[in-house]
Amino acid sequence: MTAALLVAVMQVVLVAAAAPLLVGALRTLKARLMGRRGPPLSQPYADLRKRLAKEAVVSETTSWVFRITPFVLFASMLVAALVVPVLSARPALPFAGIVFLMYLFLLGTFFLALAGLDAGSAFGGMGSSRAVAVAALAEPTVILAIFALALRVDTTNLGAIVERIAGHPLLALSPGHLLAFAALFIVMIAETGRLPVDNPATHLELTMVHEAMVLEYSGPYLALVEWASAMKLLLFMTLLANLFFPWGVATTLTPVPLAIAVVTLGLKLTVLTVFIAVIETLVAKLRLFRVPELLAGSFALALFSVMAVFLLR
Amino acid sequence: MTARLGYALAAVVGAVATVAGIAGVLGATWSFRAPALVPLGGLELSIDPLAGFFLAVVGLGVVPASIYAVDYMGGDARGLFAYLVLVVSMAVVPLAANVVTFALAWESMSLASYFLVVEGGAGPRASRDAVDAGWVYALMAHAGLAALLAGMLTLTAATGSTRFADWMVAAPALASEARLGALVFLAAGFSGKAGLVPLHVWLPRAHPEAPSHVSALMSGVMTKLGVYGLLRAGFEWLGVIPAGWGAGLLVVGVISAVVGVLYALVERDLKRLLAFSTIENVGIVVIGVGAAVMFRAADLGPLAVLAVVAALYHTVNHAAFKGALFLGAGAVVHATGTRNMDAMGGIIKRMPWTAACILLGALAISALPPLNGFVSEWLLFQTLLQNTEIARPELNLVFTLGLAGLALTGGLTLACFVKAAGLTLLALPRGEGAACAHEAPVAMRAGMAALSALCVALALGPTAVLPALAGVARSIVRASSDTAIAARGPLTVHVSGDFASLSTVTIALALAAGVAATVVVLSVLGASPRRRISETWGCGRILQTPRMEYTATAFSNPFQRVFDFLYRPLPAVDIDAHPESRFFVRTIRYRNETRSVIDDWLYGPIAAAMRVATGGVRRLQSGSANLYLAYILAALLVLLVLA
Amino acid sequence: MFRQLRAGVRTGIVTEPAPSTQEVALLGRQLGAEIRGRFGRSLHIRQVDAGSCNGCELEISGLIGPHYDLERFGLHFVASPRHADCLLVTGPVTRTMAEALRRTYEATPDPKFVIAVGDCGADGGLFAGSYAVVGGVDRVVPVAAVIPGCPPSPKALLAGILDVIGRRR
Repeated sequence: MTAALLVAVMQVVLVAAAAPLLVGALRTLKARLMGRRGPPLSQPYADLRKRLAKEAVVSETTSWVFRITPFVLFASMLVAALVVPVLSARPALPFAGIVFLMYLFLLGTFFLALAGLDAGSAFGGMGSSRAVAVAALAEPTVILAIFALALRVDTTNLGAIVERIAGHPLLALSPGHLLAFAALFIVMIAETGRLPVDNPATHLELTMVHEAMVLEYSGPYLALVEWASAMKLLLFMTLLANLFFPWGVATTLTPVPLAIAVVTLGLKLTVLTVFIAVIETLVAKLRLFRVPELLAGSFALALFSVMAVFLLR
Repeated sequence: MTARLGYALAAVVGAVATVAGIAGVLGATWSFRAPALVPLGGLELSIDPLAGFFLAVVGLGVVPASIYAVDYMGGDARGLFAYLVLVVSMAVVPLAANVVTFALAWESMSLASYFLVVEGGAGPRASRDAVDAGWVYALMAHAGLAALLAGMLTLTAATGSTRFADWMVAAPALASEARLGALVFLAAGFSGKAGLVPLHVWLPRAHPEAPSHVSALMSGVMTKLGVYGLLRAGFEWLGVIPAGWGAGLLVVGVISAVVGVLYALVERDLKRLLAFSTIENVGIVVIGVGAAVMFRAADLGPLAVLAVVAALYHTVNHAAFKGALFLGAGAVVHATGTRNMDAMGGIIKRMPWTAACILLGALAISALPPLNGFVSEWLLFQTLLQNTEIARPELNLVFTLGLAGLALTGGLTLACFVKAAGLTLLALPRGEGAACAHEAPVAMRAGMAALSALCVALALGPTAVLPALAGVARSIVRASSDTAIAARGPLTVHVSGDFASLSTVTIALALAAGVAATVVVLSVLGASPRRRISETWGCGRILQTPRMEYTATAFSNPFQRVFDFLYRPLPAVDIDAHPESRFFVRTIRYRNETRSVIDDWLYGPIAAAMRVATGGVRRLQSGSANLYLAYILAALLVLLVLA
Repeated sequence: MFRQLRAGVRTGIVTEPAPSTQEVALLGRQLGAEIRGRFGRSLHIRQVDAGSCNGCELEISGLIGPHYDLERFGLHFVASPRHADCLLVTGPVTRTMAEALRRTYEATPDPKFVIAVGDCGADGGLFAGSYAVVGGVDRVVPVAAVIPGCPPSPKALLAGILDVIGRRR
């Protein structure tokens, strides 16, 4: 019991502490691929520390919704860290399922979209409108990918799925599995606002999706919002890594398996980071009204994965 | 004064209904017969778990709406009698135990609501829109009643009795033509009342015109009585329905859900947006009903029970959060004098309590944890995800479609209610009315708060609610005693053993702990407590007005583009230039209307055909007395020949 | 697509080493330990064009490229002044942009400072005395440093910014 509690706290702390490192690694890697030296790996930590020390400028147009959104967003990411199998196969919240995780992320999106509208500027409204459109169109893909996974292992409980796939390594290479991974990868790109759906480094408001909603935030609020986005990226990548390729995940809560889990997670995340950095360097941002086509493509992949699992049962 | 007393009386009736309904759910049975009171079978009422559930839903909707109406109608007694008739007839519909009682209650429900729709808003005379809406509503309601009577009379002819209890007994032995005929008519009649596509056209016209407490009842309760009918017919009166019909029902549910929310997304009228959202939620409930029919046809009792439980839970959840939203919207519309969201804004600062209730309703309807909408949608997802227990690929395909459709509507609902809540409540007022709105009176706030509290109670208490609902479901599905849903411990709900589980209390506590942890983290890391109030960043623009905020039309633009095959927008630009030169533009008028596919392609041709047919028939009424005498003579001759 | 990747990998890193001594005119009292302590490792810059001819902007845009790469020092350009610590203002501040510049400064959270770029930013430069120009950024907002030049080269700009936050040498 206490071991479980300790591991749960450790996972949350790890996710919160490692998220800026992941974002920093991605940024530096992209810079290197562009021929630049790029920022140091620890840059996001310096940015966070600086932002926390600044004052928060709040617009008089906004209401309490604007002020509680960073807290709700960060809190939902902390709870999500208890749901995603980060180190141990059985997440801390025993009823953790992917449907719950999906809607937990949507909770944050809901509040952020409201905060974007709250400032009363056209930028915020535009960002909110686009962000919820992308989130809504990504939902069917997620549920079909969940269906494909649940079909194989007869449960939607994340911990049980991880354990069962870890017990049958060849499952991970079946076509249904790989197609579901590809579909969820595209959803991850859309939900975390990476290229080609959204450019996280853009300065042109007309090309912004996520960034436009946070234009009005400053100081500690901005630090929380950026940190929460970093955690969302880390959690999504961890989910993809540990759900589809769960080797190394600790099945017992003792120090050695946990240490192995940390190392293997680091390796898997490194591979995914390199992959994402390469993709972001090679593709240009899609025009906003082409993004639904990309999401429809990911839906088709998820549908094929369901069919593949059906046919190969 | 009498008006306020009248609404208080309605609230008391609702409270009695709630208590009686809950007693019925928990197993109390009771019946009442008065054969001499009404011809053709007499008045007959009885309660069983399903009737008790829907009676409780009626009561739970009526009590807050009536309390709200005490202040909303402002002491005006107009429509009070119709409201009381509506409340009583809605309570009688689930209790009705034979055809005549049911038909009387159903028709008085429709008539009462028709009067309330037409009388609608303020002002001595009914507005043009209200009259048109009432006309469509009356037409569809009576067409539905005709279909219902046809179906019920088919069953009467096949079983030889007008009593529902006798139909339940005779159901397994029903002839297949009678079953099919009754199924088609009853499904059509009940779907029309429930508001399923394509029989939904009256809903977005009628619900916005009615006063808000009536809209809350019509959306939250009356449409559910259509679902009640579907459940009764689908599980009790017609025996075991083949899976194909269940699949059809599921597909209709998915289409209603997706089409409903898509039309809600492009609406600027707040109440019409809520009405379309009702269509969507009824679609979700019917997805559950269709799934239950399919599971039952495949002899999977526990899963059928699970599907019915999900449908019933969503029914009561929808009554709660849609009621809260309609009451809140009514307060806002009343205070600002407009239903157009493009003219609202800033309400959260002027009407804080109303805004809080609307926000809670929006969170609940978007199925966000830990609220009640999330619990029922989660349940429905878990039910649909187990569809491979049925080993027929064509049905599995239908279920897959259902899953994708349900997920899509979940996401689109979130977008829709970000728009509804955000544009109504947040930023600066975009119109005169919104700028001088003030908070609603006490009774209105009490009504809204009661429904919000109900949402939270339903969210945090699934372990208490679900076993009761399982009992109701078991009573109609006739499954064995073990069900797919169990509450282990006071906090956790388990579905199908280890398939999935949920604990909303734990989620709520975890989120609260998360917020507390965030505050602690901020203070530990030395976050600056300094705050400065300034103006919104507008790129340094000197003139920053509320006109520069995002509007409802703008917000729905991405959806309008993606789903343009459904909306078929008609952009029209009119440029008015100076007579001297076309380069000096004076005004530009831009319209981009969305068109309803169903109105244009289904009802348009039907209405045109009807006009042609009635035009032809009208020629018989020439007004000439000689021709009428000739008709009488001809009829007499024909009868003489036949006799 | 892969040709691009191969080219990028083959070319390698082309970033030049950090610039050395540069003449930077430092005005005002907003300097020293406070700025260096806070922004030594992370500075977010919002560039404001207050009526410039865009010569300075072109030089500033060279900073983002691989040769000068300001990101390696923790500097980063941002879109919103709410996210910024430093305003990099170019141009002689035309009368129409004066109010906008003031609002941008107002929108930036404390602690903040302003760097004026170019001869125009210093005192109006080529356009000083014109009817349309206020003349120098310090007439509108308090300026911490001026980077002279018409336009200043990217090296000079980088050296100036780094000097202000205490990162050079």
